[in-house]
Amino acid sequence: MEHGAPMLEVFGIWFNLSNVMMLLVAALIVFLIAFIATRNLQLKPTGMQNFMEWIMDFVKGIINSNMDWRDGGRFHVLGITLIMFIFVSNMLGLPFAVVVNGDLWWKSPTADPTVAMTLAAMVLILSHYYGIKLKGLKGYSAGYIKPMPFLFPLKVIEEFANTLTLGLRLYGNIYAGEILLTLLAGLASASIFGFAAGILPMMLWQGFSIFIGAIQAFIFVMLTMVYLSHKVADDH
Amino acid sequence: MFFDHLVLGAAGEFLNIGDILVTLVIFILLMVLLKKFAWGPLMGIMQQREDLIKSEIETAENSRLESHKLLEEQRSLLKDARTQAQEIVENAKKQGEVSREEIITTARAESGRMKESAVQEIANERDKAISAVREEVVALSLLAATKVLEKEISEEDNRQLINETIAKAGEVQ
Repeated sequence: MEHGAPMLEVFGIWFNLSNVMMLLVAALIVFLIAFIATRNLQLKPTGMQNFMEWIMDFVKGIINSNMDWRDGGRFHVLGITLIMFIFVSNMLGLPFAVVVNGDLWWKSPTADPTVAMTLAAMVLILSHYYGIKLKGLKGYSAGYIKPMPFLFPLKVIEEFANTLTLGLRLYGNIYAGEILLTLLAGLASASIFGFAAGILPMMLWQGFSIFIGAIQAFIFVMLTMVYLSHKVADDH
Repeated sequence: MFFDHLVLGAAGEFLNIGDILVTLVIFILLMVLLKKFAWGPLMGIMQQREDLIKSEIETAENSRLESHKLLEEQRSLLKDARTQAQEIVENAKKQGEVSREEIITTARAESGRMKESAVQEIANERDKAISAVREEVVALSLLAATKVLEKEISEEDNRQLINETIAKAGEVQ
């Protein structure tokens, strides 16, 4: 059950090669889907173009439910990329896990807390950046003493809590899903009885994990837009 | 890192700065590439469609107004034509009435005239016939009287006498 990770040190920086590979795979799949879907664009959309436009409108809906499009339009590309990247990442670990020489190579990249936390931190740092950029340093700072000055410590804690919960929620869901899949796969491959007992819950859990993966991608983007709107929008 | 033991296949006491960097680089690169190759063109085409639909709606609105105007025009024209037609029919009817009246009057006058002349003629003929008959009767009576009296009175006196008699008889009649 316990697998190692293929670590590599370059100039004193440690890389988890499994993460690197899976991130590249996820990015490649997302890029290929989007790239192929947007060839031969037409005013009357067909097939894949419809699908991509649906995703765009879906993310647009998420943004619009949080802030004015005048403020939120700039996050559209971020939102679409995030939702597709996270969804594909979540799906990658579902069909199989590949272990080579005791090192786990194939898994969901989002099942790694470093990756999930990096994405969450990136979003929160972006929110601070755009908060300062759009409202000025003064408006940004004033956000910390609203609605009451004595809430300032809570506001500071909230920023860190947001980062942590955003990243760990994603990581936790996907990691737990993969742990259970690994356990069920171990059961199913142990014996013929184990296979009979494990096949049904395995299928159920994979189906549920697809659902979880989609929901988590949606929640991540939704919360991204919520946090961004907290910093960016005026109506708070 | 304090959550290293949570990693699937975590391997020791590393802070995976490499993973962080790789995640960021890959994600940002993906975003930039997608914006260039996928989202940009897609957003462009969606914007284009939006503009097209907007202009189409405008055109449709315009043509709707146009057709509405034309319809109103046609309707008023139709109404005019109908009024005109009604007027024409009315005129014709009136005209017909007048002609009928005229024809009837003429006919009546004509028939009156014809009747009058017929009456006149009849009267004339009657008079003529009466006088002819009278003359015939006189001649016959004269002939008879001559035969009866034989030279007693002159023919002239007889004629006188008989004429008188006959005239009296005519009056009595």
